[in-house]
Amino acid sequence: MAGETGTTIIVAQAEVHAEGEGQVVIEGADEHAVDETHASTEAHGGEEHSDVFPPFDTSTFGPQLFWLALTFGVLYLLMSRIALPRIGEILEVRRDRIEGDLAEAERLRHQTDEAIEAYESELAAARQKAHGLAEETREQIKADVAAKRAEVEGELGEKVAAAESRIQQTKDAALASVDEIAAETAVALVGQISGSVTDKAARDAVAKVVKG
Amino acid sequence: MAGTDPIHQFNIYELFSFGSVGGTEEGGGFELAFTNSALFMVLAVGLIASYLILSTRGRGLVPSRLQLVSEMSYEFIANMVRNSAGTEGMKFFPFVFSLFSFILIVNMLGMFPYFFTVTTHFIICAALALLVIGIVIVYGVMRNGFGFLKLFVPSGIPLPVLFIVVPIEVLSFLSRPLSLSLRLFGNMLAGHIVLKVFAGFVVSLSSLGFFGIVGAILPLGMTIALTGLEFLVAGLQAFVFTILTCVYLNDAIHPGH
Repeated sequence: MAGETGTTIIVAQAEVHAEGEGQVVIEGADEHAVDETHASTEAHGGEEHSDVFPPFDTSTFGPQLFWLALTFGVLYLLMSRIALPRIGEILEVRRDRIEGDLAEAERLRHQTDEAIEAYESELAAARQKAHGLAEETREQIKADVAAKRAEVEGELGEKVAAAESRIQQTKDAALASVDEIAAETAVALVGQISGSVTDKAARDAVAKVVKG
Repeated sequence: MAGTDPIHQFNIYELFSFGSVGGTEEGGGFELAFTNSALFMVLAVGLIASYLILSTRGRGLVPSRLQLVSEMSYEFIANMVRNSAGTEGMKFFPFVFSLFSFILIVNMLGMFPYFFTVTTHFIICAALALLVIGIVIVYGVMRNGFGFLKLFVPSGIPLPVLFIVVPIEVLSFLSRPLSLSLRLFGNMLAGHIVLKVFAGFVVSLSSLGFFGIVGAILPLGMTIALTGLEFLVAGLQAFVFTILTCVYLNDAIHPGH
């Protein structure tokens, strides 16, 4: 802002020539500054209606430039030092956070997949094992039953054989005593009918009949 | 006739004075007056800074509505700078952001009745434009040295044509500060004058009795329509000024076309 240090308030009720010069050469205001009276600006203030079109009134350039430099400088400092870094940081933190969350979600999804896989394989193994166990048990039971049955059948066979042999013995014994009973009966019968008969004779007769 | 005078609104008057700096007892020197123009510059800076700083105070991960506005304006300007001046242009981001917010808020404040519009004064627009061009030239020369002059020599053009093109390029470069400042200044000044003229018609006509009041409906409608237009212009000019700044900064960073 080179122009502002030397610039003075040029009186608002300026003559026409001042207007012309002021517009063409802004820096020229410096040289004209001294001969202007100061008081009238104060006196008339803003209500004073000069012939100069206000936006081209060079007397206001100095203060405007000064205040523009001051305010815009302050704005720039506030923006570049405080506001914009802060907003930038907020956006950065959010972007990082979102990326981190996405990565975390991806990791968790991966973990879930792994867990599901492990579960599936475990389940398959368990099923396999259960199946094997059942098979084994069934085999064992079958073998047990078969053994028991064989045992029982063997016992029964023995018992049947023993019984059969006993029956045979009894039968044999019975059959052996039949001749004797027949002879005795014959002796008794003959004795009743025709008198005495010898046991020997009776027995021979019976044997003859039986064999005959 | 201050009530309907369309020029009256541009008057700068001092609110209070800090006294003169330099000069003699009789006068002269630089008088550091706090004017209405200064008031609205200070107001604009205060509004911008306090809004941006207060709304982001919570640093919310999930932004509040107020914070969202700050973030959106940040990203809006950041994208603008990045798209037109590249990543290297981001070092000018605070400057471009200050420029945009300052012009926008100053223009918007001017839309309030009785408020002063800082950008209706040519010196302000010229100072901002010269600041932009000054930065472009200083940074362009610092970064590229004599390579900055490539700006005036478009590549891939036959030598004879260059004799015509280079002066045109130089002329267009020289006219940039003028067009940049006059565009903003002219739009704001003309808009406010037209607005005041039509509003003045309403006042003058309605004092003429019944038919005057009926006749005032037309300028009243115009005033309402122009108010909407002026809001558009206020935003648009801030945007245009900023995007042209980005384009010029791009020239400083990448002088070859």
